[in-house]
Parts: sequence; structure tokens; C-alpha cells
Amino acid sequence: MAATTDTADAASQTSLTRDQLHEIYYYLQLTRQLENLLTTLYRQNKVIGGLYRSLGQEATAVASAYALQRRTDATGDVVAPAIRDMGGLLVMGARPVDFLRQYMAKGDSPTWGREQNVHFTDYDRGFIGLISHLGVMIEVMAGVALTFKLRGEPRVALAWSGDGMTSTGAFHEGFNLAAVQRAPLIVIVENNGYAYSTPVSRQTAAGSFVERAAGYGAFGEQCDGNDVFAVHDMVSRAAARARNGEGASLLEVITYRRKGHAEHDAQAYVPAGEIEAWEAKDPVVRYERTLLEQGHATQEELDAIAARVATEIETAREEAEASPMPEPETALAEVTGGTFVPQPWTRGGAPDPRRA
Amino acid sequence: MATIEQSMKVREKPEHVRNTEEGRPVTMLEAIREALWEEMERDDSVFVIGEDIGVYGGAFKMTDGFLDHFGPKRIVDTPISEAGFTGAAAGAAHMGMRPVVEMQFMDFVSCAYEPLTNYIATSRWRGSGPLPIVIRGPVGGGVRGGPFHSQNPEMAFFHTPGLKIVYPSTAADAKGLLKAAIRDDDPVLFFEHKKLYRAPFLRETLPADDFVVPLGKARLDREGSDITIVTYGMMVHESRKAAEQLENEDGINVEILDLRTLLPLDEAAIIESVKKTNRVLVVHEDTRTGGIAGEISMRINEKAFEWLDAPILRVTSLDSPVPYSPPLEDYFLPQVSDIVAACRYLANY
Ligand SMILES: Cc1ncc(C[n+]2csc(CCOP(=O)(O)OP(=O)(O)O)c2C)c(N)n1
Repeated sequence: MAATTDTADAASQTSLTRDQLHEIYYYLQLTRQLENLLTTLYRQNKVIGGLYRSLGQEATAVASAYALQRRTDATGDVVAPAIRDMGGLLVMGARPVDFLRQYMAKGDSPTWGREQNVHFTDYDRGFIGLISHLGVMIEVMAGVALTFKLRGEPRVALAWSGDGMTSTGAFHEGFNLAAVQRAPLIVIVENNGYAYSTPVSRQTAAGSFVERAAGYGAFGEQCDGNDVFAVHDMVSRAAARARNGEGASLLEVITYRRKGHAEHDAQAYVPAGEIEAWEAKDPVVRYERTLLEQGHATQEELDAIAARVATEIETAREEAEASPMPEPETALAEVTGGTFVPQPWTRGGAPDPRRA
Repeated sequence: MATIEQSMKVREKPEHVRNTEEGRPVTMLEAIREALWEEMERDDSVFVIGEDIGVYGGAFKMTDGFLDHFGPKRIVDTPISEAGFTGAAAGAAHMGMRPVVEMQFMDFVSCAYEPLTNYIATSRWRGSGPLPIVIRGPVGGGVRGGPFHSQNPEMAFFHTPGLKIVYPSTAADAKGLLKAAIRDDDPVLFFEHKKLYRAPFLRETLPADDFVVPLGKARLDREGSDITIVTYGMMVHESRKAAEQLENEDGINVEILDLRTLLPLDEAAIIESVKKTNRVLVVHEDTRTGGIAGEISMRINEKAFEWLDAPILRVTSLDSPVPYSPPLEDYFLPQVSDIVAACRYLANY
């Protein structure tokens, strides 16, 4: 059932309007500029944990989320990101300041400083915060999709996965369950060359991931992940099928992680010249070029969008930097529905056990 | 002409696994690396399996340089499949190998809960013979790693008969215990606190000979007469700081017992110390409810109740996931001031 999209004319056949094309450009710029800012903040030691960038693969997350039904009242499609899908969450409606606060561990971050980076939830805008343990979100999203099917709602669940994540038992169990149930689940495998330092050739003995779709009895399709149009078309088709009751899809995009696993990773395992070769295929530059060549935008329009993004991000940075760190005692709230019982000799507990 | 395999064998040891040989002090990370290297040299059936351990040398660079020397048959890079490679380690052990499984972070051992608790832990008991596997990796908080890169998952396994659990607190112990674990015929979980890996204060010059620290024996870290602190891992060092403060400010003389091995638990050493000091505080970084302190207290209750002059107390992390933001994580983790306060309470009881 695997099909490969011919990406050469994807742009000229697009059904996207001029405004939509500009909006996609806005999100591509937003993703890239926000990550650039995060890198600066990381170097200034203002990012508390690691920083995981999507440089070179922004088109995938942005264009795939753009193909979904996006709402702000908990009635739209629902996505679960992997670590490099901030762009997709921005499209769903997450605010740049949310990510800045998450990375800087601020008290008014969406997780009140308890969790980091893209690990947060907004049901209204349709995204669910992941945990680090790879594969679990495929199971969770199978349940989201199953719910849509059980309730007869024309909604779609989409999960992004790295190539590495596909090797977990959880990925297989989750996807297989959705496939068997003909639940409206779309999984996009972002084949970006590496999982930490492990090349795809050491992750799977098969040449590609899309081949697995047939094994699950699901629909499979592969495309160039650096081509906004191809990704958008492919996900639009999968979403239409899912809404139509045609079940789960396993989509594969071919892209590349130009930065290391995280900022601390010097990428010594990458063969010489490989990163440069992919730099030449930069998805944002490529999209700009296509818009200009095909008359979908003028250089002035694109510059204006990039400038607007820069201003928005600067405002978000100021807001996030001014945000307070969390109050220590807030660590105690909501472990399970407010039932935390303070214990002696831990913070929040009376020092004398007889009076605790 | 030498074959590739032969020329690999004669290649020089990398600088960073020659510290002890050349009389230089090592960090805990270097001590563990040396133990691993020496055991691989000593016994061809020892091999390492895990994620990114080859060219990259592991997320914490534990196996840096190993691939060049030992080759891909002994440094096996895996897909992201903790359940898969832990189960596979069992199969290899059945066939006479001694696998050392690296968890990139011990948090991910939860994915291998199934093969570990059901298959591996019951194997010898069910008559399938010894199962020499070591599962090792970084644990612990205080590094702003958030809830999934900071856990202390010992209690999920402490309750499983058939496993051994080791949690060293010094460089020498880390090396000696890892060697013992690799040579042990039972499955051993080996916990390495990531905050201790490169801690400069742990640097020590190790004995040049092939020394092994036996599993199941606690170590008297500090002798004292007034209060016993039973602890392990990172909290040995926090307890030491507390003991020094108590000595200086209150004249309270604290004894610190470093368990080193949690399973089997050195109950005799605990009871002996309690009989001497009559007051006991159990300190661990793992969360409180269902934590190991409960088990230790109960054993003391059963075997040394008459010797107690005060209730057994415990200082632990809060009953919550590990928070990411520094003020929250510091609030969550046991602090030296908590240990000091609890000891003062015990002393004045
Ligand atoms: C079960 C589990 N094992 C190990 C890890 C550590 N880890 C975090 S990200 C990562 C690599 C992920 O690779 P991939 O899924 O390809 O995503 P990419 O980083 O390439 O976007 C690893 C091994 C983890 N998070 N979860």
C-alpha cells in the first residue's frame, strides 16, 4: 500500500491559498527564530536542561500540523509531539512564551516548572505533553484515536515519531492496536538520519519505515520531509482517510537533523560533508524560493513576515525572562488530586514526627 | 601479516583507562570505566550492549574508546529497545556469555521491567541455572534532568526476589563492586549516581591490583557513637556533611553506614551499628512511601527493638515525581539541613 509522492510539482498543484502559504512561512520562521533564540539563551545558561533542535526538519512538523483541523475549544484534531516538533505545536496554537518558560523552568510555564521543553499539554488547542520514554505516546495517541472512533467524532490523532522511537515495543503495540481498531491515528516517522548517534541503518534492517505499514495492515506513504507541499499533501490525504473511517496511517518523511542530539553533542559520528550537503536542502530556504519562483509571494512580503516574527519573539523573550522561578512549596501540589501528605523531615512536613 | 582482530588486540589502551595503572587518581566514572575494561580484558565472554555505546562512547562517555579496542562483537550498539536488549542479554547469558547492559539513563529500565522481573529474576530459581547479567546506568537527581532523567528506581526491583542491587558511593567501591557484579552468577542491577560520576571530591588513587569488593557487605563510612545513619549512594556524602556539622556544632558523634549493596541487604551490619549507637536515621534519595527506609526500619524493629533509645527516623525525597526547576528540585531532594535536624531530634529524644 506504500506510495511515494512525486515532489517535483507538488507546489504548483497546491490547493493552499496565498494567505495560507504565507501563514506556513510565518510558522517556519517562528520555529527557526525561536530555536535560534533558545540557542542563545542556552549559551547564556538560561536554559536549565538540554536543548533539542529541529534545524533542517522544520517543514515536517509545521506542514503536517497545518494539514489538521486546528481549534481552540477542544474540538479539533489532537497531536503528540516528539522532542523536535515544537513547530507543529506552534501551528496548533502554542505560544512562543510557553516554550521559553518551559526551557527556562519558570514558575508560570505550562507545567509550573516541573517539566521541560515541549513536554506540556493544551487540550483546547489539541496537544498532549509527552514523557521522555520513547514510544509511550504512540500508545496514548492510539487511545485518543480510539476515543474519536468510539464517539463517532470526525477527529484525527497524530503522533510524530523519530526513526529511533520506532524500535520500541511501545511503538509497535500502540500502532498495531490502532490499526486493528481502524482508529483514526496518523503516525509520522521523521526519518532524520540519526537517533542520538545511531544511524538509521543500525535502527532498522529494512531500508525504510514506510514498508512496515503493510505489516500492520495500515496505509503507508513516504515523502520528502523538506518539501512543505509534499508533507502537507500527504498528511491531508491521511487525515481525510482517517476521518472517513479508513483507519490508521504510517507516514514516513525523509529529512535530516543538522544539529546534534542536543546542544552538547558535537556530532563527531557524522561523516564529513553530510551536514553541508543537507544545508543545501534547507527546507525554509527551499520554501522561500518556491514561493518566489511561483509567484506566491514577493521578497518584501517574506521579509515583512520574518520581521514580524522577530518582534513577536523579542516580546516573548522579555515576558519569559521577567517570569519568576516557581515557589518551592508548589512542588507539593497535585501529585494525585491534592492528596499529598507532608511527611516529617521533608519540606512541608512538621519536624517532630509525633506532631506531624 | 596481522589480521584486523590481532592488530586490535595489540593496540594501546587509551589514556583514560590507564589512570590506576599509572598511579593517578580517578573519578567514579573513570573507576567504572576501568572496571569494565579490565573485566572485558580478563574474560572474553563479557560484552557490553546498549544505545550509542559504540562510536559515540555512550551518553556519559563510559565506553569511550572501547569500540576501537574490543570491536563491534563486544560493544554492541542497539536500536532503542530496552526490553529487547535486556531480554536478549538473558539469552546470551544462557549461552555462556556475561552481558553488561547499559541503560542510557536508569529511568528507562522501566521499559525492561518485564524481562527483568519475570524472566531474569526467576530464571535460576526455575532451574535454568545461573544468569550472570549486569544492568548498569546513571541514576539520581540534582542535575535538573526533570522527571524522566533523575529517578532512583531501586524500589521497583528491591521487591523482586532473584535480583541483586548495587549502589556505590565512592570511586573505589564503584570499581570493586562492578568487578564483583560482572563476576557474579546472578543478575545485578548496578546504579551509578550521575552527580557523582565526575565529582572532583571523589577522585582517589585506587589499588593497582585486581581488587574486588564483595556484594552484600556494607561499609562503615564514618565511625561514631551517638547516632547511626544508614544510607547509600549520593546520600552518603550529604550525610557526611551533616555529620561534620553535628560534630562541630553539637558534639554529636554520627556513625555512617554505607550499604553499598541493597540486595542482598547487610542486615547484620545495620543491627550491629544500631546496638552500638541506639539511635538510627535512614537516609535515601528515593521517594519515601514504599522506600527502602521502611524495610530497614522494620528489620531493626524486629531484631534490635530493645536497643533503641528513640524512634527510627527517615529523611527521603518527597512523595512526588522529580521536578525540573531548581527551586522545586531542591525542595524535593533531601537536604543536609534535614539530616542535621533529624539527628538533633534523635539526640535529644
Ligand atoms: C525508552 C527510551 N530509551 C532511551 C531514551 C534516550 N533517548 C532520548 S532521545 C533518543 C534518540 C531518539 O531518536 P529518534 O526517535 O530518532 O528521534 P530524533 O532525536 O532523531 O528526533 C534516545 C536514545 C529514551 N528517551 N527513551
